[in-house]
Amino acid sequence: MKIKSVLTALIISMGLAGNSYAATEIQWWHAFTGRLGELLDEQVEKFNSSQSDYKVVATHKGNYSETLNSGIAAFRAKEQPHLLMVFEVGTATMMAAKGAIKPVYEVMAEGDAAFDSDAYLGAVKGYYTTPEGQMLSLPYNSSTPVIYVNRDAFTAAGVDPDTDISTWESLDGVLGKLKEGGSECPLVTAWQSWVHLENLSAYHNVAFASKDNGFAALDTELAFNSELQVKHLDAMSQWAKDGKFIYTGRRNEGGANFRAGDCALMTESSAGYAGVKKEAQFEFDIRPLPYWKSAEGAPQNTIIGGSSLWVMSGHESEEYKGVAELLSFLSTSDIQAKWHQDTGYLPITMAAYEQTKAEGFYEKNPGTDIAIIQMTGKAPTGNSKGLRLGSFDQIRGLIDEELEGIWSGDKTAQEAMDSAVERGNKLLRRFEQANR
Amino acid sequence: MEKRVTFKGWLLPLLLITPQVVVTAVFFFWPAGQAIYQSAFIPDPFGLKSQFVGWGNFQFIFTDPYYLASFKTTAIFSLSVTIVSMGVALWLALMADRIIKGAATYRTLLIWPYAVAPAIAGVLWLFMFNPRIGVVSWYLDKIGYDWNHVLNSNEAMLLVVLASAWSRISYNFLFFLAGLQSIPKSLVEAAAMDGAGFWYRFRTIVFPLLSPTTFFLLVVNIVYAFFETFGVIHTITAGGPQQATNIMVYKVYSDGFVGQDLGSSAAQSVVLLFVVGLLTILQFRYIEKKVHY
Repeated sequence: MKIKSVLTALIISMGLAGNSYAATEIQWWHAFTGRLGELLDEQVEKFNSSQSDYKVVATHKGNYSETLNSGIAAFRAKEQPHLLMVFEVGTATMMAAKGAIKPVYEVMAEGDAAFDSDAYLGAVKGYYTTPEGQMLSLPYNSSTPVIYVNRDAFTAAGVDPDTDISTWESLDGVLGKLKEGGSECPLVTAWQSWVHLENLSAYHNVAFASKDNGFAALDTELAFNSELQVKHLDAMSQWAKDGKFIYTGRRNEGGANFRAGDCALMTESSAGYAGVKKEAQFEFDIRPLPYWKSAEGAPQNTIIGGSSLWVMSGHESEEYKGVAELLSFLSTSDIQAKWHQDTGYLPITMAAYEQTKAEGFYEKNPGTDIAIIQMTGKAPTGNSKGLRLGSFDQIRGLIDEELEGIWSGDKTAQEAMDSAVERGNKLLRRFEQANR
Repeated sequence: MEKRVTFKGWLLPLLLITPQVVVTAVFFFWPAGQAIYQSAFIPDPFGLKSQFVGWGNFQFIFTDPYYLASFKTTAIFSLSVTIVSMGVALWLALMADRIIKGAATYRTLLIWPYAVAPAIAGVLWLFMFNPRIGVVSWYLDKIGYDWNHVLNSNEAMLLVVLASAWSRISYNFLFFLAGLQSIPKSLVEAAAMDGAGFWYRFRTIVFPLLSPTTFFLLVVNIVYAFFETFGVIHTITAGGPQQATNIMVYKVYSDGFVGQDLGSSAAQSVVLLFVVGLLTILQFRYIEKKVHY
């Protein structure tokens, strides 16, 4: 009797709940957990309560690679979401999938949403636009590598924390002093390929791949086995041998060592800021990524990492209208400024940057504007606009393997990079073949 | 003489084997056929278009030194997992068979790890051996050994073998124990009375009589090492460092579903199909002849 009435109540309430959701649902698949996931949910919540026509449902689908894979699998099964978060590495894959995506500029035009592609930061936007300047996906979270300094560790090793580390040449000496002063982990890094090859190349205006790093054509070839990259990796391999650079893994494992206070220096994404600020029990500051003084024209500008939002094809025009509204909501400067300040990711619009500046955030949190200055300091060249390479996730994987060969002393920097270029080019040719 | 049951007519026998045929067709022939078909194409990830390349995918994988190296990696890995897990299980079963007091408790405890999923087993071992926070690596550090499976290929291989073998020991233990208990006690006792020691009895009576079990486990374990260890590899090393633990089945996954290169992945699974088929034929033709049933 009791069970029956409970069931009846349940069925009735379910029916009621169903009725109240007359709003059009927009599915958004993303790759964020933890604090970032909460902040994303907050944005969705804000959007949903700001209007009643659409209801955005955000779903976590695993890490970046897994999210892209679920999007692809869903498309094959004709159950794709409206919005898919894709990391910058998957950009070329998405761009080549012409029938699977609906370009953002088209969605915005059809949806009559407020959209001015010039409002976005050039360095961020450039990554996701066609050569004609049409925006294909909406930049969501973008960061760039910087170097974090554990000031207490410097002092403990008897090194002045304000000593100059703006160039790799000066850093070389500093690492030696830190080691002599007893530091067990003078330097650690996250995302080795992204920081020490991809950004290194852009920062010194050297090609990572031919044809403007793949922006100009599909028949691009890798070129990161040239003099500058090999010189840099040679130096790092020497540091690894001397115990001045400690290798911890392919992703951001090193962040844990740094936040625990074990390491004196760390090269990491500017988005690592939130974590370091929350956990570090020591004085730290953020400095621009070092560059080689001997290289001509350095520093150029660094490039981004992060993700953008792709609109998938095959949905109703009414739903695309909702997507357009969501995307313009996400680009408003209030949302962007808050995101930038909470996470350490770059603001994607100029307005959000100005707003953050006006609020005095950079004065209260020194170092948080370094990433944006470093990225926008110079007009990007063909070598520093970004990377657009097919199968790039796989190519990064094989670069990681070859770098590990260097750190363990199995290979010289030149051998490892020659092999990475050769193996990577094979993958690029296959990608070209699949997308002809 | 062999006894044969004969049916009158065709209908009933057909009906009786239909379920088996359907299951095999749906879960084996159809996917295998798909894999063979797809291995001749390079499709784009979204399935929008694909290019016919004939043997191109096979040419691509067989000129990749890392793919060729994965054969060796797979052989070393599978053999090590099989030997370690079967060796330890046999030893434990022999010991458990001799225990009189509390035998049930020992057996139950030994069977437990089998309930742990491979991925969880991987994470457990990863935590113990984590170069930074692992208990085992901390003790190794105390005695002056710097454990770092993130960079050291041999250590990485050792770790995935241990983790894979560990969760398999229970399964093997169960079968060995059952096998041991089915050996007539009178045989062993007679040998003991003739003055044969424990190891002599094991070598001449127990092990030969155990051979059907051993053979069955050998086949099952090699298949396990080939396929089901995926979770362990995925959680501990993801095939690294420098592909030192990239076994064939993991490479099929990582090239196909991480790298989105479905053509190469399909070609690799066809190769895998042949390797496993060949292995099974070899086992049944040559090793089975030495087995006493």
